[in-house]
Amino acid sequence: MDQKNQMMMTGNLAAAWGARLAEVDYVPAFPITPQTEIVEALSKWCGTGELNARFVTLDSEHSMMTAAGAAAATGARVFTATSSQGLLYAFEVLYTVAGWRAPLVLVNVSRALASPITLEPDHNDVLAARDSGFVQIHAETCQEVVDSILLAYRIGEDPLVCLPVLVNLDGFGLSFTREPVRLPEPEAVRDFLPPFRPAHLGFKASAPQALGTAVLGGSTYSYFRHQIHLASMNALRVHEQAATEFEQCFGRRYDVVEGYRIEDAEDVLVMSNAFASKGKAAVDAAREDGRKVGLLRLRMIRPWPADAVRRALRRRRAVAVLDQNLSPGQGGILFQEVAACLYHDPERPRGLCSFIGGLGGKNISEGEFHAVFEQTAAAGKQGQGIGPVLLYTEAEHREMEQLQFLAHDLKTGR
Amino acid sequence: MVWEPRIFKDLHQIPRVEHVFPGTPLCAGCGGLESLRLAAKILGNRVVYVNAAGCFTNLASFPFTPLDASWLYTTMGSAPAGAQGVRDALDVLIAKGRLPKEEDVTVVVLGGDGSTYDMALSSTSGAITRHLDFYYFCYDNEAYGNTGVQLSPATPYGARTTTSPCAVLHPVGAMQEKKDIFEIWRAHNPPYIATVSPRFPLDLEEKFTRAAAYQGPKLFLGFAACPTGWLFDPAYTPDVARLAVECGFWPLKEAINGMVTHTYVPKLSPVENYLKLQGRFRHLFEPTLQKEAIAHIQGSVNAYWERVNLAERTG
Repeated sequence: MDQKNQMMMTGNLAAAWGARLAEVDYVPAFPITPQTEIVEALSKWCGTGELNARFVTLDSEHSMMTAAGAAAATGARVFTATSSQGLLYAFEVLYTVAGWRAPLVLVNVSRALASPITLEPDHNDVLAARDSGFVQIHAETCQEVVDSILLAYRIGEDPLVCLPVLVNLDGFGLSFTREPVRLPEPEAVRDFLPPFRPAHLGFKASAPQALGTAVLGGSTYSYFRHQIHLASMNALRVHEQAATEFEQCFGRRYDVVEGYRIEDAEDVLVMSNAFASKGKAAVDAAREDGRKVGLLRLRMIRPWPADAVRRALRRRRAVAVLDQNLSPGQGGILFQEVAACLYHDPERPRGLCSFIGGLGGKNISEGEFHAVFEQTAAAGKQGQGIGPVLLYTEAEHREMEQLQFLAHDLKTGR
Repeated sequence: MVWEPRIFKDLHQIPRVEHVFPGTPLCAGCGGLESLRLAAKILGNRVVYVNAAGCFTNLASFPFTPLDASWLYTTMGSAPAGAQGVRDALDVLIAKGRLPKEEDVTVVVLGGDGSTYDMALSSTSGAITRHLDFYYFCYDNEAYGNTGVQLSPATPYGARTTTSPCAVLHPVGAMQEKKDIFEIWRAHNPPYIATVSPRFPLDLEEKFTRAAAYQGPKLFLGFAACPTGWLFDPAYTPDVARLAVECGFWPLKEAINGMVTHTYVPKLSPVENYLKLQGRFRHLFEPTLQKEAIAHIQGSVNAYWERVNLAERTG
């Protein structure tokens, strides 16, 4: 593989490059940590003319998403980015623009949600948006961030889909981590990603149209919402075709899920995003200890790639889903989805385990991965799953107790 | 200084062309719709209306619309940001040669007072600060009308709504003073702001015509007499709209680059004449006459016009 155009860059800069290579027309923006570097880079390029797009800072993420959707509905190729609280602040608009069938790309740099307020990553923000109608692609590496944004435009703008796409990358772990990235040649990107010329969108003097109109009655509403579902399901095969062409153009292959040392694995760990790299290292270490384990990384979360997940996980002894999110009163969000799509398979795993880890950027140590593999193997042998189990080390617990003692002392003045 | 219309001096000058057609799902006698109909005669149909949640959201109910212009329903809190996205995209597409210049459309935000005075303030303030070239048309019926008439920041002192009822602890109903959105806009220094009433159609048409000369944010606050919410027979919409102006309750004015001019100086008939027409003020008159509340309303109106006279004498 040629090393031309290979640069060291952060996940954030990679996201900005994705937008630049897609030759977007419009970037409505609003700053939020850890996403801000993306819009700073785009602002600079719009200022120098390196990117022929209009950059506008809105008054909030709610306004930002509205402007983004409205511009896409007018016929512009739109890119925007946010994180965490910003994604939630924009929440009603996510559903609205999906209903407009306005394809745009939104990068979310995952960050845990308040309260308590924090800056570090987990996936409660992005998974809260899973029912909005946005297609969701979750990236593990900086290279995958650039590539996924190009794929996202290709998929979202496909007439079979016509939906906005969210590309997720982890705050800090990926957003601020420099990795080597091979930037595709602009000419090759133009071949892969045709210009955005939507037939169904746009406000023209000669052809007035109404978009987002009210409906009266559930049958009309049901029809339109179900259309969004069908369009989202279409994204699975549109992704397949786009990924094949992407591989032909750029030599890199992406599927809706990625298996790592999974072929002969007895037990499989399911993860997503940047922490999957830690998971892969843990698989390597476990393999050296003689454990036949593998990892399945979920890359496309919406539409949910049920067939691919089922194919990867059936006939395994046990499966552990490591959720970097927590639905209080329920447990791991992705665990539910994995479990649901395995239920009807006669050869489903004997043990299905739910682990919660990495909340608010908490590290997942080698020891924790070791415990996950051990407990998962035991669950497989016994034919009984466990969880949700919170990954939390003794050292972390002691540290937390010290903070509590300190807080108590400060409060009581002792 | 007496304000004089430059163009519209006779009702026959009002364009006969219609861009808001009959048969909408809005209430009979909707004063807001009457203002929109008159406004559209000047705005034309090369328009995209960017709508915020409110009564007018019912105008475009799939598959019908009474407008021969485009429509985009957004949210309650971000229609001006929708206008920003549409305007920016049109500019970019025209500049890049992907949309012929002659296909360009005027962007008009259409929102009620609930959206305009409160929820969309952040989005509006941002759009004005960015000097977005758009019209903002607010149909002000002084309540959250579409949800069944609840207190909004535009509800005037003494009005009864379903959430500011005439009650033992607050017999006058709404205790607040109407928020001055005109001045909030003016503080942002947009090129054009005006209040209009459909019962003063020449004034309304003149203002829309004048505003067209200005690039940037242009606000129209349209008095929207509301039979359903204000509790009067729809036949009285014209009388309510006329009296609101004549008693000084709804001043007709414009501000060009911040300079305020009152475009009609009313004789200030007693506010009681206006209040008595509407069920929402009926508790001020019966079963017991709430003299202090009525005097309070009259006092506010008088104080406003005293300030206006003082400003015009010294200004």
